[in-house]
Amino acid sequence: MATAGEVFRRSLTETVGQVCDDSSSSSELHVLAVDDSLVDRKVIERLLKISSCKVTAVESGTRALQYLGLDGERASVGFNGLKVNLIMTDYSMPGMTGYELLKKIKESSVLREIPVVVMSSENILTRIDRCLEEGAEEFLLKPVKLDDVKRLKDFIMKGDGKDGGETRILKRKRLDDYASLSSPSPSVACDASSPLMPSSSPSARSSKRAKLRNKD
Amino acid sequence: MERSPLLRQVAHQRQTLFDEGLLDEQFVRLEELQDRTNPNFVEEIVTTYYQDTSRLILNIEQELERRPLDFGRLDGYMYQFNGSSTSFGAKKVKAECSLFREYCRAGNGEGCMRTFQQLKREYATLKRKLEAYFQLARQARLTQTASPPG
Repeated sequence: MATAGEVFRRSLTETVGQVCDDSSSSSELHVLAVDDSLVDRKVIERLLKISSCKVTAVESGTRALQYLGLDGERASVGFNGLKVNLIMTDYSMPGMTGYELLKKIKESSVLREIPVVVMSSENILTRIDRCLEEGAEEFLLKPVKLDDVKRLKDFIMKGDGKDGGETRILKRKRLDDYASLSSPSPSVACDASSPLMPSSSPSARSSKRAKLRNKD
Repeated sequence: MERSPLLRQVAHQRQTLFDEGLLDEQFVRLEELQDRTNPNFVEEIVTTYYQDTSRLILNIEQELERRPLDFGRLDGYMYQFNGSSTSFGAKKVKAECSLFREYCRAGNGEGCMRTFQQLKREYATLKRKLEAYFQLARQARLTQTASPPG
């Protein structure tokens, strides 16, 4: 009977899936989410799980560094042996801010390769600038949407965030997308209220700033 | 197949929450994250939101009794309140949070206290109406599972 065969095949796939689970070459991304707000942790966790990512959510930068083993021998490997492929951190947290966490990660020779995304409910340009300059891949305005997560996931899956060139290509492409929507003005002024942007999207701004920086 | 009166009531009550400006599209996004594998996601978030915010309300109340007022601390608490409310989609509550923070920045204690009272009123209204809505929705789910699909 076809039904029995289907059931057998399904359970076999599940078993194989489990065996491959702890491999770093697994198709599932492992994301470390850092946020002091329990509501936000739950939401980001759900967004990531829906996007087929494994999630570890912690409430502080200190806990994040502990998890990453910055003080230990095993870098970028969590307690359960899963490599962290992406770190998403809130900016404003008591104790260690997301910015300080970002700095510590980028200063670490073993952790700096992990892409870091900073999230904030406040759209402050100096904040965005500072994070991008420190090496953040992206700055997301809260509330984070499913589209944001999907876009991040695609980006990470393509180049593992290691290729700086690819980062520039992605950001430049998004900038072009916005440009094609409105008037074809080539000028990219260092101005938040640039008419180039149809909406004041911080991710668009972040890509604009990245492009400016890359020109230097 | 026509919707049962109960389902129509649930839909109507839900729509009212948006029409009255209590909730914004973030709440809709949360609803969209709920599915068969996670059927209680929205209610979990609601519970977490209440836990978060009731703690903050107590903290703010205590702070507002201090003399002189520590606007820095007040703003800090309200920042968290605003953050949770934003992630939840509590539109009116969020607006009061923003107003409160403006008064903090201006060092206006009276404005803070007045706004906080308003915020608590909005918050209580939201809680009451959400509870009524979820209760009705639960009722509807029960009657749905009781009667097999036609």
